[in-house]
Amino acid sequence: MENQVLADINTIFIDRFKNEKSVLCEGSSELINSHREKAFEIFQKTGIPTKADERYRYITLDPVFRVDYKSYLRKRDILFNIDDVFHCDVPNLETHTILLVNGWYHDKENQLTSLPGGAVIGSFMAAAQKYPRLFEKYYGKYADPNTDGLTALNTAFAQDGIFLYVPKGVILDKSIQIINILLSDEDVMAQPRNLFILEENSQAQIVVCDHTLSSQRFLTNSVTEIAAGKNSLFDFYKIQNEHNGSVQLSSVFINQKKASNVVSGVITLHGGIIRNNIHVKLEEEYCENSTMGLYLSDKGQHVDNYTFIDHASPNCTSNELFKGVLDDYATGAFTGKILVRKDAQNTRAFQANNNILLTDDAKINTKPQLEIWADDVKCSHGATVGQLDDNALFYLRSRGINEKEARMLLMFGFTYEIMNKIKIEPLKIRISNLIEKRLRGELSRCNSCVMNCREC
Amino acid sequence: MLKIKNLKAKIDGKEILKGINLEVKPGEVHAIMGPNGSGKSTLAAVLAGREIFEVTEGEVEYLGKNLLEMTPEERAKEGIFLGFQYPIEIPGVSMVNFMKTAVNEKRKYHNQEPLSAAEFLKLMREKKAVVEIDSNLTNRSVNEGFSGGEKKKNEIFQMAMLEPKLAILDETDSGLDIDALRIVANGVNKLKTPENATIVITHYQRLLDYIVPDVVHVLYQGRIVKTSGKELALELEEKGYDWIKKEVEQES
Ligand SMILES: Nc1ncnc2c1ncn2[C@@H]1O[C@H](COP(=O)(O)OP(=O)(O)OP(=O)(O)O)[C@@H](O)[C@H]1O
Ligand SMILES: [Mg+2]
Repeated sequence: MENQVLADINTIFIDRFKNEKSVLCEGSSELINSHREKAFEIFQKTGIPTKADERYRYITLDPVFRVDYKSYLRKRDILFNIDDVFHCDVPNLETHTILLVNGWYHDKENQLTSLPGGAVIGSFMAAAQKYPRLFEKYYGKYADPNTDGLTALNTAFAQDGIFLYVPKGVILDKSIQIINILLSDEDVMAQPRNLFILEENSQAQIVVCDHTLSSQRFLTNSVTEIAAGKNSLFDFYKIQNEHNGSVQLSSVFINQKKASNVVSGVITLHGGIIRNNIHVKLEEEYCENSTMGLYLSDKGQHVDNYTFIDHASPNCTSNELFKGVLDDYATGAFTGKILVRKDAQNTRAFQANNNILLTDDAKINTKPQLEIWADDVKCSHGATVGQLDDNALFYLRSRGINEKEARMLLMFGFTYEIMNKIKIEPLKIRISNLIEKRLRGELSRCNSCVMNCREC
Repeated sequence: MLKIKNLKAKIDGKEILKGINLEVKPGEVHAIMGPNGSGKSTLAAVLAGREIFEVTEGEVEYLGKNLLEMTPEERAKEGIFLGFQYPIEIPGVSMVNFMKTAVNEKRKYHNQEPLSAAEFLKLMREKKAVVEIDSNLTNRSVNEGFSGGEKKKNEIFQMAMLEPKLAILDETDSGLDIDALRIVANGVNKLKTPENATIVITHYQRLLDYIVPDVVHVLYQGRIVKTSGKELALELEEKGYDWIKKEVEQES
């Protein structure tokens, strides 16, 4: 059944590619288009992942794709001022803010913006035209379309997204905030493609906020490639706050060169079905990586995190921490693969996934997958699934804190470990406020939006 | 202020409290002693509202109200405080946030305005001084990584913050060094008024040198089998519980 539906869906994508190839290629650089062809061939063979793929065992993708989404293969004008309807207020956070609307870079006049030190931020499509040599060196180098059908599909259809380039030795002191907006009068599928390049000794911080601003169904299948050069420092936080009729499939590929340090965190507040694929390759020695995730889900939400940490060189450290609170009949999955290759001696790889189920109907599947070929390895993994600690609950109540508030404090306390790892202080405060609101049930995705859409 | 009549409680079908009778009046200090496993902590937990113990019989009247009908938080806001024998560690919940919530919930219950941030910090500072608690401890998560003695001091600190009418201190003295014992005892004494009362559960007469009880009870096998003046504690210290156990056996 699943396979049949998916086969039909694959056919739709294949036909669309063939029929609309000229529109797809319009405006994209030659390199992008050549990758497109190769990825399409792969997609024809692999298709959308099914449950037969062990990595996708806990997610059912066929109903996700069954909706008749529109894909905008050309940029559409949005007929209002985005500032009027939306402000993602991270107070005191000085940022360069950029907008992506339905996967397209929003600012028509300034497709590429220069930042201090020769850094550039802007449209992926425009950057590919302007910086062919950078794209030659980095594009498609980490997100191999053979990884899975989603990566292949994105690569086949990739047109626009965000591009960041931070040259050697440049430190961006302001964070970059990317606001991903989904907004339309019809159901839409978007496939943004992002490329972030940090050269040797550079530093940057990116905060991505995903929002739906209208009640239509949205499907995002995004791919982000991050090249962290030698000694670079990169922080990448993603806050997912979309309505429950939306689906987000996000694949992030991080490649780390010698002694680089990358922190990535995904905070899932709302969203119908969310799948995060995080691939990290510690390609050279002395890298540090910290990958974390927090998911707070309820109703029929499904949050699925898949991580793959590839220790390909000696003397690297990776730290993974994923935590979740699941309410109602929400479901979730965490699969954490760690590969320590033969030569990766003196590897330290730590992984933990802790979950709290607030009801009997909420479910989580958690699975570490360790593949270790080197001998000198310090590796640990632990998964817990439990309820709120009854003794702690009584302790708080015995001090006069009512049960609801006590539960709230415990849940909030549970998330603190993740929050504490966020290095951008104002962002930490903002996220902790959002989390508190979310746990109190006061946060709707419409929080910062004046439009009236569906119930979350 | 507290009247316990024929209180029986069980857990997992096992009866632990088998008919407790106890009356505490304002201004009094009662000590409860007794061998391990006799039900002292169970009594304390039942009074604080721990739901895993099922009360099968008896009555508890507190300040004219039926205590057993109240939730743990109501009891606390009505002035009951339980100093835990084993304080719970709560990672991620800061002492400050915890105490601020507790103090303000209580104020709300009594129709008082919540304390401002400044007022609250001032209160914290005052009460920290009472129990000579290290400032760093209150900047950490509740009891997380606290040493045994620090946890006990933290109980008294919370008690000082909440100013209870009836404090039940379950072995607050065990695990304390000699100086800490004195500090904790002084803390309890400083908080004493003619209106409030204290029940101290302890194994050691030593504590009672500092917190002088009006009455000493011996709890054994779920019953209070002996009640006397403070000299009883000295006698127990000297002779142990065997003679009491024998007395009980002879009676039955
Ligand atoms: N959660 C529980 N489940 C089963 N039995 C329990 C539970 N809690 C207490 N008990 C039993 O009840 C009895 C009384 O325990 P309690 O902790 O009240 O004793 P205590 O007098 O405080 O002892 P101690 O001096 O060692 O602190 C013991 O036999 C204990 O094993
Ligand atoms: Mg005890």
